Amino acid sequence: MEKTIFQYSSPGRMGVALPVLDVPETAIPDRFERKESIGLPQVTEGQAMRHFVRLSTMNFNIEEGLYPLGSCTMKYNPRLHEFLARIEDLAAVHPLSSDSSVQGTLEIMYKLGESLCEITGFEAVTLQPAAGAQGEFAGLMLIKKWQDERGQGHRNEVLMPDSAHGTNPATSTLAGLKVISVKSNEHGRVDVEDLRSKAGENTCAFMLTNPNTLGIFESNIEKITEIIHDAGGLNYMDGANMNAMLGIARPGDMGFDVCHLNLHKTFGTPHGGGGPGSGAVCCAELLRPFLPASTVEKTDEGYRLGDRTGKSIGRLLAFHGNVGVLYKAYAYIRTLGPIGIREVSEVALINANYMKARLKPYYEVPNDDGPCMHEFVASGADMARKGVKTLDIAKRLLDYGFHAPTIYFPQIVKEALMIEPTETESLESIDAFIDAMIAIAEEINTKPHLVTDAPVNTPVLRLDEVKAVKDLCLVEPVEQ
Amino acid sequence: MSIFVPNGKAQREQMLDVIGVEGFDDLLTPIPEGVRLKGELDLPLPASELELVKEFKGFAARNSAADLVCFRGAGAYDHYIPSAIDNILTRSEFFTAYTPYQAEVSQGTLQSIFEYQTMIARLTGCNAANACMYDGSSAVAEAALMTVRATRKKRILVSGALNPRTIDVIHTYMDNGDFEINEVPFGIDGLIDLEAAEQLAEGGVAALVLQYPNYFGSIEDVQAAADLIHRHNGLLVVAADPIALGVIEAPGRLGADVVVGEGQPMGVALSYGGPYVGFMATNAKLLRKMPGRIVGRTEDRAGNPGYVLTLQTREQHIRRTKATSNICSNQALMALANVIYLTLTGETGFVEVAKQCWHKSHYLNKRLLEIDGITDVFDAPFCREFVINLPVSAEDAVVAMEEKGFLAGLPIPGLGEGAMMLTVTEKRTREEIDGFVEALNHYIKGAV
Repeated sequence: MEKTIFQYSSPGRMGVALPVLDVPETAIPDRFERKESIGLPQVTEGQAMRHFVRLSTMNFNIEEGLYPLGSCTMKYNPRLHEFLARIEDLAAVHPLSSDSSVQGTLEIMYKLGESLCEITGFEAVTLQPAAGAQGEFAGLMLIKKWQDERGQGHRNEVLMPDSAHGTNPATSTLAGLKVISVKSNEHGRVDVEDLRSKAGENTCAFMLTNPNTLGIFESNIEKITEIIHDAGGLNYMDGANMNAMLGIARPGDMGFDVCHLNLHKTFGTPHGGGGPGSGAVCCAELLRPFLPASTVEKTDEGYRLGDRTGKSIGRLLAFHGNVGVLYKAYAYIRTLGPIGIREVSEVALINANYMKARLKPYYEVPNDDGPCMHEFVASGADMARKGVKTLDIAKRLLDYGFHAPTIYFPQIVKEALMIEPTETESLESIDAFIDAMIAIAEEINTKPHLVTDAPVNTPVLRLDEVKAVKDLCLVEPVEQ
Repeated sequence: MSIFVPNGKAQREQMLDVIGVEGFDDLLTPIPEGVRLKGELDLPLPASELELVKEFKGFAARNSAADLVCFRGAGAYDHYIPSAIDNILTRSEFFTAYTPYQAEVSQGTLQSIFEYQTMIARLTGCNAANACMYDGSSAVAEAALMTVRATRKKRILVSGALNPRTIDVIHTYMDNGDFEINEVPFGIDGLIDLEAAEQLAEGGVAALVLQYPNYFGSIEDVQAAADLIHRHNGLLVVAADPIALGVIEAPGRLGADVVVGEGQPMGVALSYGGPYVGFMATNAKLLRKMPGRIVGRTEDRAGNPGYVLTLQTREQHIRRTKATSNICSNQALMALANVIYLTLTGETGFVEVAKQCWHKSHYLNKRLLEIDGITDVFDAPFCREFVINLPVSAEDAVVAMEEKGFLAGLPIPGLGEGAMMLTVTEKRTREEIDGFVEALNHYIKGAV
């Protein structure tokens, strides 16, 4: 346990000194002046460092161990890329600089966009979306605008499978569209007949994660996208799971019209404890006229930053996207090249299938009718009947020195454990994780309290989320 | 085999054997032949670390902007970033961690967000804050949507003296046919026209959105705006410059219901516009309408204090179509930069940064007004950014100043051909300010 930074505070301490003011002062009019102190801490740099370093030691992280969060693609984040993104002349440029003074940055953005289009099989790209969910929003708005332009503005329905990420329905609401849920069949794939019956004259778009959130490739994808096209809709691919098919298959070749990529998943940029990400959106030529501001063009005079045009969906952020993240994604693609990038997905697939094969004798794997892609979903339903919930299994894994998988998602699987090892894990670390999972399965039979009492080897014991809501405390109280 | 993949031929074969397939291609059976990529991706050949460093240094060499002495703001500010910040940000424990869903192994992230929420609430004069938004502009749009949910009214008033980029983002988020957005004009003093706002508020509105100090740097009367909108049962959203709040009164104490803003000035690199971070603060009655993640303090099974993500039933992964926002990944690492910045500068240093920005901006303003033909565009008091009118084209002046090594202010064509908006941060020295004034004076004399 670490005190809050406010508890280290004492009047007069400072962590950074400023140069002495070297211009004459101008009085701040009394009617505007801030009347009370702010309440910021007063500590030295040394105290601040000690505090934040202590806090850091209470975090699990990818450099500590395997992080099998399904759909989150917790792969290793190369150190070199952090260095590159921080090169002074790349990091210290104002977003409203003239194009001629930021040719290096624009070139990286342009080349990254080109590579992402090649990887997805599309023609146009925006790098502005700050995260996957904002990419989804951009993608749906592109489709909506396209429908408007061809006189189909009445189309207000987005179809999506019942296994969709929560952001998909939430994004649809934000875009002013109505969600129509499509059933999954007994194999965990889109029920094609249900889709056919729901696609129609009000269909604006279909949103699908492929491979889907069960880690299963939608084998009927050509049929699915054709049904939507025939109904007058466009197909949106949630690219959260793109790590499964780099250089193997491309959304543009499957009948999708637009997709987002999570550069912070597939392209190795760090998650930062929740962000920043980057949700670049690639699309077919027909959607290019509607792209948001901050596209990059190559001209005879060099690279040029485009602003929003008449048909554009507008602007998603004040400026041009999470550029620092884009630098790292570009470095990732450059390090790998065409063979290396396919190898990422090949090994991600092998690692996931190996884990599934070895865990299957101990954990139920519903919808298992063949190879999974880069992740798979196990169910703790059997264990729950013995009184040990998936949440307990997740917490026990923390005791074993691993992060937990994604749990209780997708909601169509009871007591779901969604497991994604990624390609950057070695066979040794994967085996160690499997051993821990097997040990927990045995504990559930022999000493279940070890699991339900978990975690015990962590900086704090299991935390009371109900109390957090009931006795809401969101800020440090001011000391009287 | 790439440097990112530890499992080579031997391991892969062993694993495929356990899986029970002949070879890798057997894992691809669910992918129909018709959609499999034939051949290789057309990407550049791989580069080694050595080559990549050279390549990036080449890119950097083609960015001359970083060497310019910056007098431009308009939403992104060239403040000094204490070096300790990057030391913390590049610790694996912070930058490679995922969203803190497994609270017991994420106390570092969670407690730092709790401290961030506390500092943002105190700075803005509110009593709650969320864990951050994408940037200042999207935070304003999300705040507007929040007021629509809270009041069940479909119309909002937006100050014409709001950053035009922010107005764009509001439209992108809200132009779906459900909402009406009315722009309130600003007067010749540079402040929002409260009489016009009063008229536009007739019939009921969800909110009035204004910027403080506004886009042009002028200091709005937040209290008057709050009184006005509250008389019409609407809410006041204030987009505030966090540095300015070191010297001018906190909007939460002047009646604002939601205070949002851009966190970049607090320890985040300019980085050509991102990653930045938006903040959002509010009061008890609205906090359950807030978008995004929120951290709360609780106890563990032994009664020790600890932190968790809380009020999650507002969020997309639980509430789906009825969520308060679609936001999932945010800009957490930049929020961490903010909390370290606010810690290192602290009460005294933060206020000193704000004061130096105030004094240096006013000094530049006075020096510029000494030049023949330069006038103030507005007469309302400004904080750290202001608009002047040059006797020459502002666009041309910017080009000329760039050749002299300065990033001059931003031309504001809507206010006239000569209109230029300038800012001065604590980083600028008197010598740099004087040098800029002299260079501009020289240019104007040659051009007029």
